[in-house]
Amino acid sequence: MSTDLKEALFATTLRLGDTSLVLGHRLSEWCGHAPELEEDIALTNVALDLVGHARMLLTYAGELEGKGRDEDRLAYRRDVFDYRNHLLVEQPNRDFGHTIVRQFLHDAWAVELYGRLCASTDATLAGIAAKAVKEVRYHVRHSGDWLVRLGDGTDVSHAKVADALGRLWPYTGEMFERDEAEQALVAAGIIPDPAELKAAWTARVEAVLEEATLDRPADGWMQKGGRRGEHSEHLGYLLAEMQFLPRAYPDATW
Amino acid sequence: MPDAAGCWGPEPGADAGVKAAWDALAGVMDPEIPVLSIVDLGIVRAVSADAQGRLSVDLTPTYSGCPATNVIVLEAETALARAGLDAAVSVVIAPPWTTDWISDTGREKLAEVGIVPPPHSGKRSLTAPDEVIACPRCGSHDTRQISRFGSTACKALHACNACLEPFDVFKCH
Repeated sequence: MSTDLKEALFATTLRLGDTSLVLGHRLSEWCGHAPELEEDIALTNVALDLVGHARMLLTYAGELEGKGRDEDRLAYRRDVFDYRNHLLVEQPNRDFGHTIVRQFLHDAWAVELYGRLCASTDATLAGIAAKAVKEVRYHVRHSGDWLVRLGDGTDVSHAKVADALGRLWPYTGEMFERDEAEQALVAAGIIPDPAELKAAWTARVEAVLEEATLDRPADGWMQKGGRRGEHSEHLGYLLAEMQFLPRAYPDATW
Repeated sequence: MPDAAGCWGPEPGADAGVKAAWDALAGVMDPEIPVLSIVDLGIVRAVSADAQGRLSVDLTPTYSGCPATNVIVLEAETALARAGLDAAVSVVIAPPWTTDWISDTGREKLAEVGIVPPPHSGKRSLTAPDEVIACPRCGSHDTRQISRFGSTACKALHACNACLEPFDVFKCH
């Protein structure tokens, strides 16, 4: 693999790992706070899967980079501007409906992405994807079912998820952005074509929104920047909590 | 795949060290479902010996985020060391673990403690309609899913409409 391609693969793997890690941490904030016990368990189970994906992806990113950074080093010793996650996943939980909308928009992307990454010409990425896709299939079913229940539920639940959908829609464009380096990865068969991914995501999202009696928001201005390290104010607070221990006690082991 | 009796183990004719390692690993129980050994679960993927007789053991995680994975690796290393074996344990993720790898004896052990064994996945997709799950206590087919996520990453929570008892189902994965 050429140096350029390897660097591009590192950047892509880091983005995927950071996106999983940040969303996993966000969901873990529901631990002990969900509206019912079953959902408390469900959200934290999904969080565990996502942190598991992040561990595999960040470990691989560290190997590709070749500077001796392992998963923990990447997770705990980078500040906001070095994180490369989608802006969508760092948005705060707000209410349960908002969390479900954010989760569904992400899950629908993840299931289409990992399904295609199983056929990646990069064997490690394909192996990680084959593991992850089985889990995200389960996640998208869970978040999709809830979105239908809430959207096609009471006036209050409908209004809450409709509001969340409007708030979060502008963060969905970033999931299908590709820079020049990533175009080379597409050409090499390492990552899927973003246009194809977007079409599959749109079809999946529209079908669930229709069942949930929710209107698909129009594609207007899309927020971008997370993939380049330009984040909303929310990520700093999340990292402050997530990184507290390793920053207070660097290199602590037990 | 498991042998005719539905058990995982060394290939016929494997050397003594490999056989001893399988025996030692069969004594390592899953920390979250302690009726199952890691061999029953199908997460011991390979045991091999090099020319010097040093053993390599490949384990695979069930779920990516399973918090028990690190404990399982540690316990496997401990069991192998106690058996006096020189073995290195590594974690492999491909091919991904599936519940189809749970041995027949493992499935019987699950049923004995009231956990419904996972349906065989075959070519059925996870997005297909749920299949009928029989209550492990009264056998009724009139059951419902309470939650897709249960007490551990690998289980879902169901309840029986006939005898009203809740029960765990090992998720098809």
